[in-house]
Amino acid sequence: MAEIIIKNLVKRFGKLEAVKDLNLDIKDKEFLVLLGPSGCGKTTTLRCISGLEIADEGKILIDGKDVTLKRASQRDIAFVFQLYALYPILSVYENIAFPLKAQKYKREKIREEVGTVAKILQIEHILHKKPKELSGGDMQRVALGRAMVRRPKAFLLDEPIGTLDAKFREEMRVELKRLHIDIGATTVYVTHDQVEAMAMGDRIAIMNLGVLQQVGTPHEVYAKPYNLFVANFIGSPGMNFINCETKKKNTSLMLKLLEDDIYIPIPEKIRKLISNGRGENKHLVLGVRPEDVSFSKKKDDSSLGAQVYVIEETGSYNIIDVSLGKEKIKVRTLPTVKPNIGDTAYIGIDMDRVSIFDKETENSIM
Amino acid sequence: MADVKLVSLTKTFGDITAVNDLSIEIKDREFFVLLGPTGAGKTTTLRLVAGLEKQDKGEVHIGDRVVDDYSPALRDVAFVFQYYTLYPHYTVRQNLEFPLKSRLRKYSKAEIDKKVTEVAMILHIDHLIDRETVNLSGGEMQRVAIGRAMVRTPKVFLMDEPLSNLDAKLREEMRRELSRLHFDLGATFFYVTHDQVEAMTMGDRVAVLNEGKILQIGSPDEIYNAPKNVFVAKFVGSPAINLFDAVVGDGCLRIGEKEMVCTLEDTQRAYLKNYTDKKIILGIRPEDIEITRTQQKVNSYKCKVYFNQSMGAEDILNLKIHSEIFRAIAPPRLNVQVGEEIFANFNISRVHLFYPDTEECIV
Repeated sequence: MAEIIIKNLVKRFGKLEAVKDLNLDIKDKEFLVLLGPSGCGKTTTLRCISGLEIADEGKILIDGKDVTLKRASQRDIAFVFQLYALYPILSVYENIAFPLKAQKYKREKIREEVGTVAKILQIEHILHKKPKELSGGDMQRVALGRAMVRRPKAFLLDEPIGTLDAKFREEMRVELKRLHIDIGATTVYVTHDQVEAMAMGDRIAIMNLGVLQQVGTPHEVYAKPYNLFVANFIGSPGMNFINCETKKKNTSLMLKLLEDDIYIPIPEKIRKLISNGRGENKHLVLGVRPEDVSFSKKKDDSSLGAQVYVIEETGSYNIIDVSLGKEKIKVRTLPTVKPNIGDTAYIGIDMDRVSIFDKETENSIM
Repeated sequence: MADVKLVSLTKTFGDITAVNDLSIEIKDREFFVLLGPTGAGKTTTLRLVAGLEKQDKGEVHIGDRVVDDYSPALRDVAFVFQYYTLYPHYTVRQNLEFPLKSRLRKYSKAEIDKKVTEVAMILHIDHLIDRETVNLSGGEMQRVAIGRAMVRTPKVFLMDEPLSNLDAKLREEMRRELSRLHFDLGATFFYVTHDQVEAMTMGDRVAVLNEGKILQIGSPDEIYNAPKNVFVAKFVGSPAINLFDAVVGDGCLRIGEKEMVCTLEDTQRAYLKNYTDKKIILGIRPEDIEITRTQQKVNSYKCKVYFNQSMGAEDILNLKIHSEIFRAIAPPRLNVQVGEEIFANFNISRVHLFYPDTEECIV
C-alpha cells in the first residue's frame, strides 16, 4: 500500500491553469476525497496522480518514489472510472481475470489470484454469474475486484456512483466505505457531491478554481470552515449566512443585520476576535448551521422574532425556513415541531457554534 | 383548479406492463407525489394523465370530466419536464409568452403582458425577463420552464422529476421554493420523482410505486412511520431503515444466534402471540436507536463501532455485533470513535414488524 505526496503541482491546458500550486499529502490506507464543483481541478489532479496527465510543474511521489514523469502503467495504481463498466458477456470470474490474461499470466496463477480477491470481496458464490444477474452492490465489488487483482498500490475513483438513483447511491456509499475498511488500500475519490465526501472520506480536500481551499476530516471542514466557499459547499441543508455589520448599541458592540434594524448580541470571546483591528461599521457574514438555531413559539431574552416561510419534513427531522427581517434562516428541529406558514416564531442562535467571515476577504476570522 | 382521478389504469408496452391497475384520487389543490425507483411506471402514469400516452384500460378524470378522448392540448394540464425544454435563443419573456400566443387562446397583447409580468414576479425571474435562456443557470431555466406552465393557469401541474438535473445545492433550495410556490398558487400538483427526500419534504400525500403497482398511499408521516411493507420501509428514509431476521420468543424477539434479545411491549406481544418460534423481519430506523456509553435497563446491546459517516449535523454510526451490521444516528458531540465499544438502545415502541414471506407489515 502507499502514501501519495503531491508537491507544488501545476497543470495547464492552454491558457487555463486547471490546478494551481497544489500541495497534498495522502496517507497510507487513507480514504481521501477531492471535492469541488465542476471545473475546480479535482479530476485533473486525479489524472495527474494516475499518470494520464503529466504535471507541468511540481512533483508526485508514491511511496517516496518520484513518479512525476512515469507512465500510467508504471505507477502501479488502479483507476476505476465507472464501477459498472464490466464486460456483459463474460462471467464474474472472467471479468476479474481479464487484466491478468492480458498480461499473459498462467492459468493456475490466474485462478489463485482471482480466488484471493473473490475471498476478500466475499463474491466467491457469484463467480459463475453474468453481470446482468448481479445486484448493484455485487457489480461494484466485481469492478473493484478487477482493479484489485493487479495488486495496485492505490485506487483512484472518479465520480463512480454519480449517475445512480438517490436510494442506490446511499447503499453504494456504505458499501464502498465498508470495502475500504476491509481492504485498507489508499483511495483517492473524486466527487462534486458533499454528501458522498462526508459519508466516506477520512479526510476531504476541497478545491475551487484550481486552488485547494481546505483539507480536514469531515467534522473539521463542517465545524470550522476556513472560508465562505467551504462553509457554503459543505452541509445539507446548507449553512445560513447573515449579512451583518458591527454596531455599538448601549455601549456594547453587536452585530446588526445589514438590511434591518435587528441586533444580535455577541459573547466576549467573539467580540475580541471581531474588534481585533476592526471597529464599528465593519461588514461581516455570520454563518450558522441550521441545527445551531433554536425555534420557539415563546419569546425569551435573547431570541429574535421571525415569520415561518415554509416547512420541510424529512421524517427524522424538520427544516423550517423563517424570515428574519429580509434574511431567510433555516432551522433544524425535531419532527414534532410543525408550525403553520406565516406563524410568528422566536429563534435563538447558538453563538458558541457560529462562524464569522470577513465580507471582503471571505475568510473566517475565527 | 381541479381534482384528478385515475381509475384502474393499465398500460402495456409489448410484454411489459408499465402501469398495472392503478387507482389514485388526487384532491383539488393537493401536492401529490408519485415516488418509485427507475422503471416503476411513474413517468408513464404522468404521461397518461397528460394524454401523451393512451391507456389500455381504465379512466382519467380531471375535474368533473372524463378526459380520455381529449387531446393533450384540451386537457388543461401543464407538463414540466426533467429537461427544461426552452427555446434557447428566445428571451425569457418570449418563452413565457409562447403558450399564450397559441391560436386556441386569442389573448390580447395587454393580457399577455400582464400575465407574463405576474408570473415572472412570483418566480423571481422578473430581472431576467429580456435575457436569452441560453445564458441562464440551471435553476433559472427550470424556473422559466415552470413559468411557461404557469402562464396558462392550468388546472393541474404535472411535473416529471423537474429537479433531477440541478446540482445538490440548488435542488435543496428549489425544493423549498416549489413548496412555497404550491402554497402561493393553490394549484393541484402531480409530481413524479425517484428521490424520497423530494417526496417526503414536498408532498401533502405520497404514493409509492414499484413495478407498475401502488404499494402505499399516505401522508409523508404515515409512509415514514407506518410503512405497509418492507419495500416502502426501505425506500423511504435516509439513512435507510435497519432490517433484521428475527425469531419470535416468549415475549421477545431474538436476532441472530443470541446476540440481541428484544423485550417487546404488551401490544406487540399480543400481535405475535400466535407466532412463537416463527421467523419475522424486524425493522428499526437509525434514529430510533440511541447510543450510550453505559448499558441501559432494556434492549441495550453492546456493539463495536465499525465505521462512522460524519455528516456534520449528525454522525451515522455503522455498528457491528458478531455478523450483524446496522446503523444508528448519534449527535456529533458524543464524539464516538471508530473501534470503540458502545451500547445501542433500541426504542422498541418504534420498531416495525413484517412477515418474512409476503414482506407485509404485521398489525
